[in-house]
Amino acid sequence: MQVCYMGILHSHFFVASFNSLLALSQQEELVDLPKDYLLSGSEDEGDNDGEREHQKLLEAISSLDGKNRRKLAERSEASLKVSEFNVSSEGSGEKLVLADLLEPVKTSSSLATVKKQLNRVKSKKTVELPLNKEEIERIHREVAFNKTAKVLSKWDPVVLKNRQAEQLVFPLEKEEPAIAPIEHVLSGWKARTPLEQEIFNLLHKNKQPVADPLLTPVEKASLQAMSLEEAKMRRAELQRARALQSYYEAKARREKKIKSKKYHKVVKKGKAKKALKEFEQLRKVNPAAALEELEKIEKARMMERMSLKHQNSGKWAKSKAIMAKYDLEARQAMQEQLAKNKELTQKLQVASESEEEEGGTEEKVEELLVPDVVNEVQMNADGPNPWMLRSCTSDTKEAATQEDPEQLPEPEAHEVSESGGEDRPVAEEEILLREFEERRSLRKRSELSQDAEPAGSQETKDSSSQEVLSELRVLSQKLKENDQSRKQKASSEGTIPQVQREEPATEEEEPLLLQRPERVQTLEELEELGKEECFQNKELPRPVLEGQQSERTPNNRPDAPKEKKKKEQMIDLQNLLTTQSPSVKSLAVPTIEELEDEEERNQRQMIKEAFAGDDVIRDFLKEKREAVEASKPKDVDLTLPGWGEWGGVGLKPSAKKRRRFLIKAPEGPPRKDKNLPNVIINEKRNIHTAAHQVRVLPYPFTHHWQFERTIQTPIGSTWNTQRAFQKLTTPKVVTKPGHIINPIKAEDVGYRSSSRSDLSVIQRNPKRITTRHKKQLKKSSVD
Amino acid sequence: MSAKPSWTYREVPREYVRALNATKLERVFAKPFLASLDGHRDGVNCLAKHPKNLATVLSGACNGEVRIWNLTQRNCIRTIQAHEGFVQGICTRFCGNSFFTVGDDKTVKQWKMDGPGYGEEEEPLHTILGKTVYTGIDHHWKEAVFATCGQQVDIWDEQRTNPICSMTWGFDSISSVKFNPVETFLLGSCASDRNIVLYDMRQATPLKKVILDMRTNTICWNPMEVFIFTAANEDYNLYTFDMCALDTPVMVHMDHVSAVLDVDYSPTGKEFVSASFDKSIRIFPVDKSQSREVYHTKRMQHVICVKWTSNSKYIMCGSDEMNIRLWKANASEKLGVLTSREKAAKDYNQKLKEKFQHYLHIKHIARHRHLPKSIYSQIQEQCIMKEACQRKEVNRIKHSKPGSVPIVSEKKKHIVAVVK
Repeated sequence: MQVCYMGILHSHFFVASFNSLLALSQQEELVDLPKDYLLSGSEDEGDNDGEREHQKLLEAISSLDGKNRRKLAERSEASLKVSEFNVSSEGSGEKLVLADLLEPVKTSSSLATVKKQLNRVKSKKTVELPLNKEEIERIHREVAFNKTAKVLSKWDPVVLKNRQAEQLVFPLEKEEPAIAPIEHVLSGWKARTPLEQEIFNLLHKNKQPVADPLLTPVEKASLQAMSLEEAKMRRAELQRARALQSYYEAKARREKKIKSKKYHKVVKKGKAKKALKEFEQLRKVNPAAALEELEKIEKARMMERMSLKHQNSGKWAKSKAIMAKYDLEARQAMQEQLAKNKELTQKLQVASESEEEEGGTEEKVEELLVPDVVNEVQMNADGPNPWMLRSCTSDTKEAATQEDPEQLPEPEAHEVSESGGEDRPVAEEEILLREFEERRSLRKRSELSQDAEPAGSQETKDSSSQEVLSELRVLSQKLKENDQSRKQKASSEGTIPQVQREEPATEEEEPLLLQRPERVQTLEELEELGKEECFQNKELPRPVLEGQQSERTPNNRPDAPKEKKKKEQMIDLQNLLTTQSPSVKSLAVPTIEELEDEEERNQRQMIKEAFAGDDVIRDFLKEKREAVEASKPKDVDLTLPGWGEWGGVGLKPSAKKRRRFLIKAPEGPPRKDKNLPNVIINEKRNIHTAAHQVRVLPYPFTHHWQFERTIQTPIGSTWNTQRAFQKLTTPKVVTKPGHIINPIKAEDVGYRSSSRSDLSVIQRNPKRITTRHKKQLKKSSVD
Repeated sequence: MSAKPSWTYREVPREYVRALNATKLERVFAKPFLASLDGHRDGVNCLAKHPKNLATVLSGACNGEVRIWNLTQRNCIRTIQAHEGFVQGICTRFCGNSFFTVGDDKTVKQWKMDGPGYGEEEEPLHTILGKTVYTGIDHHWKEAVFATCGQQVDIWDEQRTNPICSMTWGFDSISSVKFNPVETFLLGSCASDRNIVLYDMRQATPLKKVILDMRTNTICWNPMEVFIFTAANEDYNLYTFDMCALDTPVMVHMDHVSAVLDVDYSPTGKEFVSASFDKSIRIFPVDKSQSREVYHTKRMQHVICVKWTSNSKYIMCGSDEMNIRLWKANASEKLGVLTSREKAAKDYNQKLKEKFQHYLHIKHIARHRHLPKSIYSQIQEQCIMKEACQRKEVNRIKHSKPGSVPIVSEKKKHIVAVVK
């Protein structure tokens, strides 16, 4: 029994701890065995074949019998492999799990410790097979490479910087300064004289450190107290304040320097006005403060009165008095001062009522507030500038024109009138511009009126403003005349309103336009034309042209559909009047041949529509003509004006002289494209200079103008200052003669070189893998 | 009258003429060859600079002889029979008191820089007897550590006779090993199985390997840009790599017409010089694929080693025909002290040349070099070959299904693989 039990257990567990445990518990548990065995037997091998079960059952039953106990010690089961160490389980190839074995233990509480230990064993995992050597080495190498790459990556910025550097001076090591640091000097020094001692005491009181940090504890504390952002903000604020101050100072200085008296006068007045305004404001808001202010003003006035400033007794006043006889300005200044004096010396009525006083001040305010431009205008009117005068008068005239019976909206004109009220000095061009605008507005108006009613009635209505607007009169005259001629013409055609409608006002303005070959101006018109042609095709095979239709202004466009009908009508009429031939044929009006089939025609139509605007052939011809002109050798005119005759502005050297000094250019060889009408051959390229030119854009440049720019900036001292020349010609690499240039070091570029020497590292771990390394290894192997 | 005085007119043409003249004068004054140091009885196999002294140069020859030269006097100051067979490598200690040599006789020897006193025998300070032949040596830039290469890369402490660590990756012989001058724990090596391997000395492990089309003879680290190194390859090209991105070289420098045997950076890190089997040395700017200068003489044979001096003014090259030649790094540079006016003129001319360098005439003059017939014809030949290759490639792309033949850039073409 015991052997059997042991055998079964042995067959499944090789764990040493379990074995020892088993040995311990063997003796005590023997008593319980029969029951357990039975249980396990029935449960474990439930799926075995019936024969064996039956056998077992028989055995169990026999074992119940007390006599046969000893017999059970014999092995009765069939084993595949009989071995001392390895007893296989019943089912070959079947795996026994620890849980199965623990099943029987569950019930008994005395086996708790064993169970616990078994559980611990169960939780432990078996160690996996080690990787093969190559694999391990590869992983080692990878890890090592990554490490090295990390170390090297710190050099990237240095290398990049050196590559892009304007100038590199070798050797890179900075030479050690010969000056010893201050702490070394100070260490062996003592304060002896009283002054020195005093200074030392002071320093000690502040705890001023002499060594490296150079900050007193107070300073340090203050530094820590303020955060970086705060400090930055504060600094920015200070900077701004400083900048503002400097701007203000500069402005003040500039203003002070201005010599114009008028300017200062204006400024002073402006200030006074501003002060008054503020005062008004203050009076409204805070009467008490206003009173105080008033008192102050009064005091200032008193001071002014007390002074002899306006008594005509000063040096300036005396000199002015002398000048006043001859100089208008001086006289004016004198008068001003006298007036001021009078004003000051005038006895003030003692204010009985505050209202009166207020009224008085208000009066003053008004006096001051009256725009001085009014005065200026008057002055200008007195002044010698006739243009200004005219502008004013014209403005007023314009303002008068606004009182039109029709009351048409004219924002520009209003603006004009406003500006007239303001009356700022108006420049000549502005006047002209204004006149032009006026004319335009009038034109518009006339158009509108034309649209609105027959031209005849318009004349009578406009008659009120005719005196002022001579142009308008001329225009309307023209219009009338035109209308009449049209009427005559139209009477033959029978389309009076049509013609009237068609007539744009621009025609009168620019009669030259009429003589131009008429051309379709917009796409819409072209479409219309196309439609027209369709109509024509329907009605009459002969293409009909009419010049009047093509000319149209944009403001006529909205009522296009209406027009179409009329056009149709007109065409009919024209068809009837076949004798009338069109004088000018439009270039862009497409002509259609009857025989062309529909598709082709459509295609052509589309292309023509698309390229209606550009005349390629003409452009090309023009281009070629220009090229030919440009390539022709030019005559050289060596005439020097003023030599041997009178010279000066507006004088030209005589024709004889010009003829004499004009060197005629020899006729060049015939152009290569002379007989090729469709080709332009550029003969500019000079093979002699080709060798001295760049054929393709060199590498770092991305555009030709960059390259040209670099070439065009001279670097020689002939064109540059000495400083600039030196700067421009600094060589990229400078080496000091006789110096050994050592390889770059970490210390040279501010890095800390590794403290451990390579040798020490290599001796510490020769071919051994550190634990950290192992961890990395494991990680990478898992990955 | 205009506001501009007449003499300010026509700046561009005037400067152009000045630039043209400067370019021509540069070619007129281009006399780079300074001296030839003769004394070796066999081809010069390796060179080394003195770290503290500009005038001292060491060289090892193919017969095991090491010579120390004084450049100012242009003579040999000391001769040592260091090894039997080739002196495979030579390097100086960072302090300048001693130097190391490795030879074909499987030994590493440390020598004092100063010669022996009167009556003393010339003997090395230390001798390490190894198991295999060492093909190269380099000393750490700050510590008493050096690295040798042969079958594997060994890191040695100067005080010990056994390497403190050996690193290997693959089983081919390593031809050269170089310490990074800035991050001194990094090493680069190139092996004859066409690869370049980077090592980390502190972690005692290789880092990455890049396999090229052909064998790399040697590499050199940029002393100013930590992660940049240049490899001299057998396929006539030099490849500048960023060690963090090995799959694409930063630049392919192609001007040589035969295998490139050695490369060395200018201490400013802006240029490097390469020695080639085609009997010439060339100077390349780091960021250009074409060389800016080629030096050759009638008598100079295959150049085996080359060094740029520490003040970046001169170049030394040792060649097969037993001579060490000294060249100016800048062919037309005036030697000696310059007055301030001379300096200003030089700077101005330099700037002018730079400004107008794209103009065809100037470009042509500046780029034109006389070449020995062998090199010239080789260049022509290779040009034809390259063109044929390109044409074929274009045709192949043209006549195959779009996308089936990938277009590989010149930079990527020579990289076989990057092994992690």
